[in-house]
Amino acid sequence: MQARAIVVTSGKGGVGKTTTTANIGAALAMEGEKVAVIDVDVGLRNLDVVMGLEGRVVFDLIDVLEGRCKMRQALIRDKRVENLYLLPASQTKDKASLDPKIFRAVVKHLIEDENFDRVLIDSPAGIERGFQTAAAPAEGALVVVNPEVSSVRDADRIIGLLEASGVEENRLIVNRIRPKMVRRGDMLSVEDIGEILGLGLIGIVPEDEGILVSTNVGEPVVLRKEKTLAGEEFRNIARRIRGEKVPFPNLDEESGLWSSLRRLFGGGR
Amino acid sequence: MFWWRRKKSKDKAKERLQLVLAYDRAKLAPGQMEALKEDLLAVLARYFPADAKKVEIEFEQRGERVVLIADIPIRQ
Repeated sequence: MQARAIVVTSGKGGVGKTTTTANIGAALAMEGEKVAVIDVDVGLRNLDVVMGLEGRVVFDLIDVLEGRCKMRQALIRDKRVENLYLLPASQTKDKASLDPKIFRAVVKHLIEDENFDRVLIDSPAGIERGFQTAAAPAEGALVVVNPEVSSVRDADRIIGLLEASGVEENRLIVNRIRPKMVRRGDMLSVEDIGEILGLGLIGIVPEDEGILVSTNVGEPVVLRKEKTLAGEEFRNIARRIRGEKVPFPNLDEESGLWSSLRRLFGGGR
Repeated sequence: MFWWRRKKSKDKAKERLQLVLAYDRAKLAPGQMEALKEDLLAVLARYFPADAKKVEIEFEQRGERVVLIADIPIRQ
């Protein structure tokens, strides 16, 4: 992706925006980029806990926007990986100052003056002002969707709003897919979702218990030693964002005579 | 699909999504479809008598495109 300022968004809440932001941010840093992840979910801040940096929050986004501190004072450096920084949201302060214009200037400052290669913006759920602000500085978006009717519907709305506000380089991440259910025909497939939303795919993240474990301990899966399916795919997404051609995971692990016969006759996948 | 295979729930999900998105994308508020129906009937009445109670107007997915279908029985 050419976009350096990327908003991670979904419309619907609870689909995995924050986890996606934390992991792709960390994975991009592991690839050598200087990355800032920004939490715009003022009042419901969570990116800090998902990343395990909650104990180090002193200043926040609102302090920066209102000029109470310098950008460098608010940025929390992640000590586990080189060149990864978090700008946390405010949990208690009034979000009136969360102005799209000012926020755009903040992100521009990070890229142009602080030499960040990539800024990932964790958008709040919904389509209100919080989302509008989060999307304002973005040149591209990662639209996170679960294989579920309500999530796909909301994603469609978000895609329309992104395009209307000039965010152009938009890619789809299908999160929490369960290969078994897809094969059984009880879950929308990645192809179905791509066809309905008409957006280029950049990631297919399987449902993975490792995610909850990593949130429990505050360590993004990509930074953990144990290999997880989700962690592998988040690292692959980072590489795809950087323009590498990385094949998508093959979720159709079922093999053998029976399934090839079924496929031959156009049965389930 | 084989006839003995039960209808997959994901096919149902896809159909429902395509329909609901057709309305979302057209930015039609609830009730506007009814208003459109009234307007159509008023115009049609100038040419031939339509059976108002049986008129059906809806969006339908046709491959890539969404089309507006109006099913208008003529009163005989």
